[in-house]
Amino acid sequence: MFENVKKDELKYVGKKVERLDADEKVTGSALYTGDLVLPGMLYAKVKRSPYARAKIVRINTKKAEALPGVHCVLTGAELNYRVGLYLVDKYVLAKDVVRHFGEAVAAVAAETPVIAQKAVDLIEVEYEELEPVLDCVKALDKNAPLVHPDLGTYEYVQAVFTPVPGTNIANHTKLRKGDIEKGFKEADFVFERTYKNPNVQHVPMETHVAIGQWLPNDKINIWTSAQSPFTVRNLFAYSFKIPRNNIRVIVPYIGGGFGGKAGIGLEPLACCLSRKAGGRPVKLQATREEEFSLLPCRSALVYKIKTGVKKDGKIVAQQMTMYWDSGAYADYAVNVTRASGYSGAGPYEIPNAWLDAYTIYTNKPFGTAYRGFGHVEFSWGIERNMDYVAKQINMDPLKFRIINALKPGSITLTGEHITENTGNVVKCMEAVAEKINYGKLTAEEKQYEKRTGMKIGKSVVALHKAPAMPPFTATSVILKMNEDGTVIANIALSEIGQGAYTALAQIIAEQLKFPIEKVRVSIDSDTDKEGYDWQTVASKGLILSGNAAILAAQDLLKKAYNVAAQILRANPVDLDNDGEKIFLKHHKDKCVYFSQIAVGYSYPDGNGIGGPLIGVGVYCAQGLTNLNKETGQGLPALDWTYGAHGVVVAVNSYTGEFEVLKIASAFDVGRVINPQCVRGQVVGGVVQGLGTAMCEGYIYDGKGKLLNPSFTDNKIFTSLDVPEIIGIAVETPQIDGAYGARGVGEHPMIAVCGGVGNAIENACGADLTYMPIRQEDVWRALQKKK
Amino acid sequence: MLIKVNINGKDYEKDVAPYKNLLYFLREDCGLTGTKEGCGAGECGACTVIMNGKTVNSCLVLAVEANGAKIETIEGEAVNGKLSKIQEAFKKHHAVQCGFCTPGMIMSVKALLRKNKKPKEEEIKEAIDGNLCRCTGYKQIIEAVQDITGQLKKEEEIIYV
Repeated sequence: MFENVKKDELKYVGKKVERLDADEKVTGSALYTGDLVLPGMLYAKVKRSPYARAKIVRINTKKAEALPGVHCVLTGAELNYRVGLYLVDKYVLAKDVVRHFGEAVAAVAAETPVIAQKAVDLIEVEYEELEPVLDCVKALDKNAPLVHPDLGTYEYVQAVFTPVPGTNIANHTKLRKGDIEKGFKEADFVFERTYKNPNVQHVPMETHVAIGQWLPNDKINIWTSAQSPFTVRNLFAYSFKIPRNNIRVIVPYIGGGFGGKAGIGLEPLACCLSRKAGGRPVKLQATREEEFSLLPCRSALVYKIKTGVKKDGKIVAQQMTMYWDSGAYADYAVNVTRASGYSGAGPYEIPNAWLDAYTIYTNKPFGTAYRGFGHVEFSWGIERNMDYVAKQINMDPLKFRIINALKPGSITLTGEHITENTGNVVKCMEAVAEKINYGKLTAEEKQYEKRTGMKIGKSVVALHKAPAMPPFTATSVILKMNEDGTVIANIALSEIGQGAYTALAQIIAEQLKFPIEKVRVSIDSDTDKEGYDWQTVASKGLILSGNAAILAAQDLLKKAYNVAAQILRANPVDLDNDGEKIFLKHHKDKCVYFSQIAVGYSYPDGNGIGGPLIGVGVYCAQGLTNLNKETGQGLPALDWTYGAHGVVVAVNSYTGEFEVLKIASAFDVGRVINPQCVRGQVVGGVVQGLGTAMCEGYIYDGKGKLLNPSFTDNKIFTSLDVPEIIGIAVETPQIDGAYGARGVGEHPMIAVCGGVGNAIENACGADLTYMPIRQEDVWRALQKKK
Repeated sequence: MLIKVNINGKDYEKDVAPYKNLLYFLREDCGLTGTKEGCGAGECGACTVIMNGKTVNSCLVLAVEANGAKIETIEGEAVNGKLSKIQEAFKKHHAVQCGFCTPGMIMSVKALLRKNKKPKEEEIKEAIDGNLCRCTGYKQIIEAVQDITGQLKKEEEIIYV
């Protein structure tokens, strides 16, 4: 919508605007769920499993229950509810068996957190330790123990997913395009390699927190840090068989999500505790350590890629096998497998493709959505592989990428035809190549090498991603006009830090022709008071909620003009507004102020017309389909946001020490709505991508115990680690995007890892297949080379 | 144990448990929830406050250790409904996303600027390297500090191609 409007005709869209939630955030007055204290509120703590796989022989809660100040103790034996998004596979508390280190086996609600923790320590659990399943490839062996022997009885979304009962496969996504055998026969060369990456933690600065209140007659109130209040409500209602209108989910300010707060989390346990404690509200906030193992992480991946290529550099066939280690549960991870399955070749055209993606249960903390939704992980393999193949056929890797890039006329893995409006990945690659002086060293860089003895390496990598969501995903925006003609926007999408509310306010102000100061977005989410939004995930906010915002603004103006038309005795088509009043286009002095009609117009004699002006905008994704389960063919993508990174590293080729000097990152965002928000996503995403590339990841002992659940042993990037980052916007308008815009929330994080690995190889020849790339890994790879 | 603490210029006299840390004292006993807990282990800096002129992780300080101390928190930063220069700069540069690290980050910047009127880029980075931020990538925070101190050479912006 409005994708072709020229920049100079726009007042707010495309302009710098300060974040509308900044005042509350810089003053510390923004209230997050953890800041809330409700009358009578109790505090919960959980007892966690020290084993990756064990039978629960017995749990003795007597001493805990006897502790003064304890209101209730819960174990899995009392609860018979499974919860999950696409595959309903997880009990609220472990029953009979524990499936991962850190899993909750019992919980306490008490008057203070200190008492609750004391009570947890008094709970005695007797386990019978079992041999854990820790290797996701070995988990496919016929004689491997089953993590979920009852998989065949679980409910799941049958039109989309394929669990394989009697195995550890929670989902098998297939993709078949062209004729793979013929493709490999046509190839001049065939290469096969395997790439790996581990579990990674999202690390929102605010840990997960929920306050649950279960009142008599199943009236439920939930305050939570969740990204997606309506999905919390939906999944809660489904599992507990309670009508949606009995459940209210309120989400105050959210301290970061990155996918880890999508789906459902601590809410069911907090509510079950509340029910047992007589309806008192119960707050359950994860500790940082619990964030790593009680709550979900990113799945690990083993990615096998076999590529057939012609001498001229054209890929003719590619067989891909993804072994997704989703850990103990896969309610959300099955969809990561699906989404990465349909785009798993990266932004390249593969005429003959064969892909199998398996979501595999193991006895590790479980995987969920994480910024990039599988694309960060598989791009490591794909982008390393592109460089590997290029090197083998003696072709420049950038040239090789451009030859194979998806362009207008290309056909994606699922059979979608790429058009001029899909976006331009080649332009992204060329832009970053220029910014890093790809393929050569500048005089300054030569001097740097001389001065430091380090070798400089450069790379260009490319990426794409579409929102991974049901094909009928929908959202809504409601605009209410106040007595003075100002507007409150009720946006069902959540603000989790990404800046969506600011960008959407710009779109609303643009449409209404109102000064942006007159538009305020209500920050809290409340399922009782907002329309509906599926989830705040997938980088779909700007397109879906952007369109809903445009439609809501149009609806508001239409209603306002209809009232004004009666007052002015005019046809609504002859009316326009200047942000303050509605006037006749041909007689501007004939006007009525918004403030006169905002809540109903009163004639001099007291007669009234109109009423409160409320604009409603709803928008549903259009034309998308489920994928054929045997071939993976169909239309899954609302839009494709393309991007590219140019990476410059300096490597000590003796010790393996390296430093990222510079990254240029370009994204075809369709249209920039707010350049500062775009830059915020680019810089923040690239830095998160660097963390994934260089220092983050779960480390287990041989029995599946997590060894590094803290910032001491699982470092994330600090201010001292950040290199020069150049953000670049390409603007190929998306026809069905709001003002042509596409989402860019996840994309900056994707393929950073491949870019770093390729630049290191370019500098010193170290051939890396495992991420994160630690300095010792580079040293080891250098030893291998020798 | 009875302690006396001056927080943002106001005296508080309260009875606290000897095991209670300063963070929970501020949040629970004084109602000052602007200071956040990100890890409870002194690793993330979300709970940074200024104690007797120096930044501390308030999760690592016992409330009783703060007896007689002068504490500055984010709630004292805006005066009479007016944002401070640091807060204005954070706003202007989008140095805020989810906002959870922001109070602690602002306290670290405040302590830096008090002792160093023109910190170099490296000094700014060092001053906030104990404050983890998962959203912004830090650049905009550094630029905000450079702007306050009149050292921002040019506004960093997205490049259009």
